[in-house]
Amino acid sequence: MPSLIDMRRRIRAVKNTQQITKAMKMVAASKLRRAQERVMGTRPFAKQAKHVLASIAARVDQSHHPLLAQRAGVKTGKTLLIVMSSDKGLCGSFNTNIVKTVGSYLREHKGREIALGLVGKKGREALGRRGFPIRFEYTAMPKVIGFAEAEAVAQPAMEDFIAGKVDSVHLVYNEFKSVMQQNLIVEQLLPMEPIEVGKGEAGTVDYLYEPSPQRIFDELLPRLVEAQVLRALLESSAAEHAARMTAMDAATRNSADMIEGLTLTMNKVRQAAITREIIEVVSGSQAQG
Amino acid sequence: MAIPTTLRLEFVTPERAIVHDEVDELQLPGEEGFLGVLPGHTPMLVSLKVGEMWYRKGTQKFHGFVGFGFAEILPDRVTILARIAEKADDIDLERAQSAKRRAEERLAEVVKGGASEMDYERARIALLRAITRLQVSQHSRTRS
Repeated sequence: MPSLIDMRRRIRAVKNTQQITKAMKMVAASKLRRAQERVMGTRPFAKQAKHVLASIAARVDQSHHPLLAQRAGVKTGKTLLIVMSSDKGLCGSFNTNIVKTVGSYLREHKGREIALGLVGKKGREALGRRGFPIRFEYTAMPKVIGFAEAEAVAQPAMEDFIAGKVDSVHLVYNEFKSVMQQNLIVEQLLPMEPIEVGKGEAGTVDYLYEPSPQRIFDELLPRLVEAQVLRALLESSAAEHAARMTAMDAATRNSADMIEGLTLTMNKVRQAAITREIIEVVSGSQAQG
Repeated sequence: MAIPTTLRLEFVTPERAIVHDEVDELQLPGEEGFLGVLPGHTPMLVSLKVGEMWYRKGTQKFHGFVGFGFAEILPDRVTILARIAEKADDIDLERAQSAKRRAEERLAEVVKGGASEMDYERARIALLRAITRLQVSQHSRTRS
């Protein structure tokens, strides 16, 4: 039977753990709020950029732009998979789910040549040694993910695609749906979907262009790709904080249950010891009397 | 169609929306020169370079920094899609100053023949950005 001192020590240890998980939960909650705001912040740019592109689309030749090229190998040829995981653990099934999704993608596309682009330490640990060529690895992302990081991820992807080294580029990331739920997303980054010619007002406005419409179109397209990568990175970071918050909340509740159970056992042990002592005293005095 | 009296300004970067306001006048650093925009401007799409922009609301003038991007100008609306941008108040002076020093050092290195053409181009743009940031912040403080 465990001694009273052992039990007390055990309870104290669990309490300490609980304090840590509680603190981590709070930190994750406040980081989540900021991350969510940043995800929202990317929306206006994407919306406005698409609007501008739609209004130029009618006046330029889209077919030649390399980022829009629908090559024969889009569905079957070589592809680059950009996998976004977290740098830190203790966030529930966040990274496991990502790795699982990549695993099932690899199974479904067995015949394809696949290269990986890994973002985040955890993804590298899980996928780095599976024998797939690694195009790039980014670990230790800064706490505040900005446009520079998105550029660093999008640049090599666009280069490879334009150079014809890969026929398509996909993003795999966790999307923040709600605090309790993260959706796994596999989406095509390149080739981009063809830009639809704007209808109604946007399509009919006769703009002056400085410089030419073609150049504006060509320069705006890569920005849109970068914006898409940025949004994915931010979604992933928001989802990570949400996952961590949920995981730490569960851990805090579990440790509360554990403390309750341990306290109960401890009291039982204590009571048993007291009862035994009383019996000893009573039987002792009876034997004398 | 009557000429509109104000411009709806949407100033966004991929990271966040910077300004979302009704303004009376603005100036932008176009790739082929600065351009001023008043309500009723003819529709126009302009590519932007690194430079200073400002907009006026009544008698108040606000300054900002733009680093590459595009602007869509319509008679009653202006949308700026910038790659990097900051309002004058948000500019980190110390950071700009140290960036300027770094860029100057790197340029000196290129002159000595220690770096490639690409480094030169990168340093040149970095210097341009730093100087423009400092200017924007200075203008905003002296004029308003």
